[in-house]
Amino acid sequence: MPPPRPPARGGRGSHRLRLALLAAALLATVVGSLAIGAGHVPLGRVLSGVFSPDGGSRAELIVHELRLPRTLLGIAVGMALGLAGAVMQALTRNPLAEPGLLGVNGGAALAVVLVIAATRADDVLVCVWAAFAGAAGAAALVYLIGARGRGGAAPARLVLAGAAVNAVSSALTAGVMLLTPHTFGGFRFWQVGSLGGREMPVLLRVLPFIAAGTVLALLLARPLNALGMGDDAGRALGSRPGRTRVLGAAAVVLLCGSATAAAGPIAFLGLAVPFIVRTAVGPDQRLVLPYSLLLAPVLLLGADIIGRVSAPGELETGIVTAFLGAPLFAVMVRRGRTRDL
Amino acid sequence: MRVLRAGALSLRWEPRAAVVCGVLAAAAIGAAVLVVGSGEFPISPPDVVRAVLGQGDRATGFIVTALRLPRAVTGLLAGLALGLSGAIFQSISRNPLGSPDLIGFTTGSATGALLQILVFGGGAAAITAGSVAGAVLTALAVYLVAYRRGGGVHGVRLVLIGVAAAAMLEALNSYLITRADLREAYEAAFWLTGSLNGRDWDQAVPLALALAVLLPAALLLARPLGMGELGDDAAQALGVPVQRTRALFIAAGVGLAAAATAAAGPVPFVALAAPQLARRLTRRPGPQLLPAALTGAALLACGDLISLHLPVAVPVGVVTGVLGGVYLAWLLSTTGRKGTT
Repeated sequence: MPPPRPPARGGRGSHRLRLALLAAALLATVVGSLAIGAGHVPLGRVLSGVFSPDGGSRAELIVHELRLPRTLLGIAVGMALGLAGAVMQALTRNPLAEPGLLGVNGGAALAVVLVIAATRADDVLVCVWAAFAGAAGAAALVYLIGARGRGGAAPARLVLAGAAVNAVSSALTAGVMLLTPHTFGGFRFWQVGSLGGREMPVLLRVLPFIAAGTVLALLLARPLNALGMGDDAGRALGSRPGRTRVLGAAAVVLLCGSATAAAGPIAFLGLAVPFIVRTAVGPDQRLVLPYSLLLAPVLLLGADIIGRVSAPGELETGIVTAFLGAPLFAVMVRRGRTRDL
Repeated sequence: MRVLRAGALSLRWEPRAAVVCGVLAAAAIGAAVLVVGSGEFPISPPDVVRAVLGQGDRATGFIVTALRLPRAVTGLLAGLALGLSGAIFQSISRNPLGSPDLIGFTTGSATGALLQILVFGGGAAAITAGSVAGAVLTALAVYLVAYRRGGGVHGVRLVLIGVAAAAMLEALNSYLITRADLREAYEAAFWLTGSLNGRDWDQAVPLALALAVLLPAALLLARPLGMGELGDDAAQALGVPVQRTRALFIAAGVGLAAAATAAAGPVPFVALAAPQLARRLTRRPGPQLLPAALTGAALLACGDLISLHLPVAVPVGVVTGVLGGVYLAWLLSTTGRKGTT
């Protein structure tokens, strides 16, 4: 028996059109991200900067060496965070779930601090692997704690376990940081979360993990729908809640771990995007997941562009996402669809 | 539960809760006595008690009452305030995650203090004022945004808006820390971890005054708060003025969290963990205000005692984070009932 299908708002055709519009918006943001910044680059030079950077002009160099990696990273990180947030909220059946809440950011931060403290280097590539390991370790720990005891990994228990792991790792992070002041110097910048200053190799390191996580998450749309009806109803309909949770958690770790590793903790995107999407299209995960996948990078790149032009020395992406995402989120909460999940 | 009756008066008497409260109070005070006894010049517990009562020799009396007692008292009082505040907010939001740490009040308080430390360069009194102002303004903003004509303030909406405010303020805090001079940023990070180092009566007395007003008030009004957990409609039907009760308790909870943060910095996890632990220890439903407050005091005093005896000098926030997190994780993995979270 196939898993249940919650009624979708609007027909299939209208969703195809809206997804296409969203994709067009993403394309426009990408062009904007390549063209807008501190150094002025005419639009014609942007294209040649991307595809044939042999001209050697300063404008083409800026586009190819700085803005292209930054934009590609923004797309990858945005997609990963939006999708991870959607999967996480479906898994925990909690609209408050986000990478920060399930301990992923905390674990990544602790690992980064330990590595910086031990090696005295803030090499971005080392941080990537450390953050990835930390994120995966923390998420696994959260799942193990949440799943022990009777009743399996119930949503509220998972979130509480996340809070516990987060508390421990952030306390240890603070401890390590305060005992080794040189760590603090490097870490305070990583902690904000930014797309800037990362080079192509960083993106290439995390890309396979993001790709794998994306495929896994998109395949889980139907089982997540079944899970949304509650464990018993889902099981009665022939789905396997335990397996869905394990696979979903794996997807979340892959996506959040690599996004946080590459860009640092980016506030709010994973929380706000699925929430906005659910308000617009309803709770059907077959729609929520692709919409989140496309909307998140639009917002992240948009925030990054705003950060580039809004302050003389650039505002970090993580700060802009928080300041844009939070009021929007507050408006949606006031509109009153807090019980969609 | 038993009921004591004397004519028209009746009093609910819960033996288990009373025993739990007694044990918690004893643990908190015992730990505080040991805190006073620890340091470069160790003092035995009987001597500490004698000195506090004014019967010891003068040198010991000076060390105890002028140097070490303020720290221990600040710890106990901040623990009481945080535990109580956490119990209030978790009850209002009907969500174990609705603690003042998570919904922005502690973060706002930290923002106020950070602005004083990093931007205005104020002293201890200015930091206290800044942190109280930060918490109150944040709470006011959150409450106003969450307020809706007719519906008033709904628990879930309050938490969600609070989470949004917390994310924004956290971004602001990291922005302030990245822009500051390294040494000042380090000092600010130390404060942000939550610390009892170097506290004197200037910090303890305002906190004691706040508690003297708010603790009895909260305990007297506890029953309507508990009925609020049944849901707005049910509570209204039982004759509880839901919105007024909620507004009063939010004011009290904010006051408590602000006073505690002003005195000890945003000590993590006490407000989140204490009510949960108290609920499990007393095995009673509803807001366990007094047990939660006493749990908070015991947690913070024990944490301070441990931080004083560690080989490396870490602030108490590191210890409470690790301790509370590990304990909550252990509780989650040994008790399996879904309903208790």
